[in-house]
Amino acid sequence: MRVIGHVAVNVFKESVRDRVLYNLVAFAALLIGASYLIGQLTAGQDVKIIKDLGLAAIATFGLLIAVFIGIGLVWNEVERRSIYSLLSKPIRRYEFILGKYAGLALTLLVNVAIMTAAFYAVLAYLATQFPGSGAVDPGLLRAVALIVLELLLVTAIALFFSTFSSPFLSAALTFGLWVIGHFNADLRNFEAVVQSPAAARLARGLYYVLPNFAAFDIKTQAVQALPVPGSYLVATALYGVVYIALLLAGAVMVFARRDFK
Amino acid sequence: MKGALILVVLLAGVVGLQAVHERGGGRPAAREESLLYVRSPEAAARLALSYRSLLADLYWIRAVQYYGGTRLSTDPDRQYALLYPLLDLTTSLEPRFNVAYYYGSTFLAEAPPGGPGRPDLAIALLQKGLRAQPGRWEFAQWIGFVHYWWRQDYEQAAAWFGRAAQFPNAPIWMAPLAATTLAEGGRRDSSRLLWQQVADTAEDEGFRNEARRRLLQLDAMDQIDRLQQIVNGYRQQRGVLPADWDELRRAGSLQGTPVDPTGVPYRLQAEGVTLGPGSRLFPLPAERARVR
Repeated sequence: MRVIGHVAVNVFKESVRDRVLYNLVAFAALLIGASYLIGQLTAGQDVKIIKDLGLAAIATFGLLIAVFIGIGLVWNEVERRSIYSLLSKPIRRYEFILGKYAGLALTLLVNVAIMTAAFYAVLAYLATQFPGSGAVDPGLLRAVALIVLELLLVTAIALFFSTFSSPFLSAALTFGLWVIGHFNADLRNFEAVVQSPAAARLARGLYYVLPNFAAFDIKTQAVQALPVPGSYLVATALYGVVYIALLLAGAVMVFARRDFK
Repeated sequence: MKGALILVVLLAGVVGLQAVHERGGGRPAAREESLLYVRSPEAAARLALSYRSLLADLYWIRAVQYYGGTRLSTDPDRQYALLYPLLDLTTSLEPRFNVAYYYGSTFLAEAPPGGPGRPDLAIALLQKGLRAQPGRWEFAQWIGFVHYWWRQDYEQAAAWFGRAAQFPNAPIWMAPLAATTLAEGGRRDSSRLLWQQVADTAEDEGFRNEARRRLLQLDAMDQIDRLQQIVNGYRQQRGVLPADWDELRRAGSLQGTPVDPTGVPYRLQAEGVTLGPGSRLFPLPAERARVR
C-alpha cells in the first residue's frame, strides 16, 4: 500500500510539473468571462446558463486531463525505458499500475475540487446580482460527484489501453468508448430498428458490456433542482466502482504478462 | 532583450495593419444568410452527448439574438424564418426550459414588424411545453393569453383559462379570469386585469416588465381616445383640424403638449392621434379597434 502511495504521489507531482493545473486558470477565465457576457447575450436565465456552463466545463477539462494523461501513464515509462529501473526496485507490477491510477485520480480530484470552488465563487457573485435565484445550490454537488466518478472511469479506460497500445490509439479508443457510452440507450433498443435477431442480440450484449456513461450525466437534473433518488446515485456509484475495478484488474493482468526484455 | 524588441515591433505591425484594414472598410460586403445546420431536434440531442443543457442554452442565446437582430434590422423584407426552429431545438434539447416557452411564444406571436405574427406557432410551442410538463398550469394560461391578446379569440382564451383553473395548483383568480374573459372579452378592463395578474405574479422579472409595458399601452390607448375626442370637438367647432397641440392649448382644450405614459409626446396627424416616434410603447396592440 505504501508503494502504491509513493507511485501515486510521484504521478501527482509530475502532473503539477507538467503544468496540468494551468487548466484551472482557463476554467476560471471561462466562467468569469461568461458570467459577464451571458447577461449581455440572453434574456434572463443567466444563472441557469452559468450553472450549465460550469458543470460542462468541469466535465470537459476533467475528461481532457483523464484521457491525455491517462494514455501516457504506462506508455511513457516504457518509451523512456524508465520502466526497467522501476521494475528492478522492490515494486510489484500491480503496485505500479494501481499507483499510477491513484496518482492521476488524485490529480483529477484536486482539479475538480478547485474548479468546483471557483464555480461556487462565481455562483455566489451571481447570487448577489440575482437575489432569490437560488444560485448557490448545494444540490449541484450531486452532479459534480457523478462527474468525478465518470472521470475516474475514463482514467481507468485510458490506463487499461495504455498498458498495451500507443498513446494515439489509446486516445482514439478511450474517446470512442466515451462517445459510444452515451448511446447506450440506442443499443438497448436496437431491435426496434434492425430486422436481424442476431444483430439485435449483439447490440443488447454490447449494451450490458460497454460502459454506460449516460448514467453519470445528471447535470440537467441538478441545475433544474429536480429530485434524483438516492438509490439511483448509489447504484450508479456502485456501477462505476465495479467497472473501474474490472478495468484495473484487466490492466494489471495485461501489464503482468508484458515482456520488457 | 533583442527578441522582445522584435516581438513588440511585429505586434505593433499587426495592430497597425489591422487599423489600415479597418479604415478600408474591412471585408467586402456580402449578403449573409442565417443558416441552421442542424434542424432535427432528435439529431441535435444525439450529437450533444452529455452536453444537452449547454447546447439548449446555446440555441436559446441564438434564438434571442436572432429575434432581436431581425427585429432591429432595417431590411423591409425581414423574416423570422429561423425563430421557431431555434425554439423547437432549444425546447427539444431541454424540455423543461420554461423561459424558452414563455419568451419564445411571445416572440412568435408578436405582430409584424416587431415579430413574425405567428400566434399559431406560439400556441404550438406552448402545447409542446404542456406535453413535456403536464402539471404546469402556466402553459395553459399562456395559451389562453395568446388567444386573447394576439388572436382576439376570447372564447378559446376563456376555455384555456378555464382549463388552467382546473390544475390542482392553479391560483384562485384563474377561474374568475376565465369567466370575465368569456363575458367581457375584448374590453380594456378585462385586458388590464389579465396583464395586472401577470405583473403581480410572474416569476420572471422580464415578464413582469413586459406586463407593465402592456398596462402602459392600455393607458396610452385610453389617453389617445380622450385626445381624439378633443381633436374631433375642435374640428366640429372650427371646421378644420388643429395644426398642432399648441393650437389646442391656445384654444384652452389642453394645458400643454400631451405625452404618453413613458413621457414621449403624442403625434397629431390627419389620420388621428398616434404614439410619437421613438415611443417604446409602439406598436400598440392590433386589436385596438376591437378592444373597448
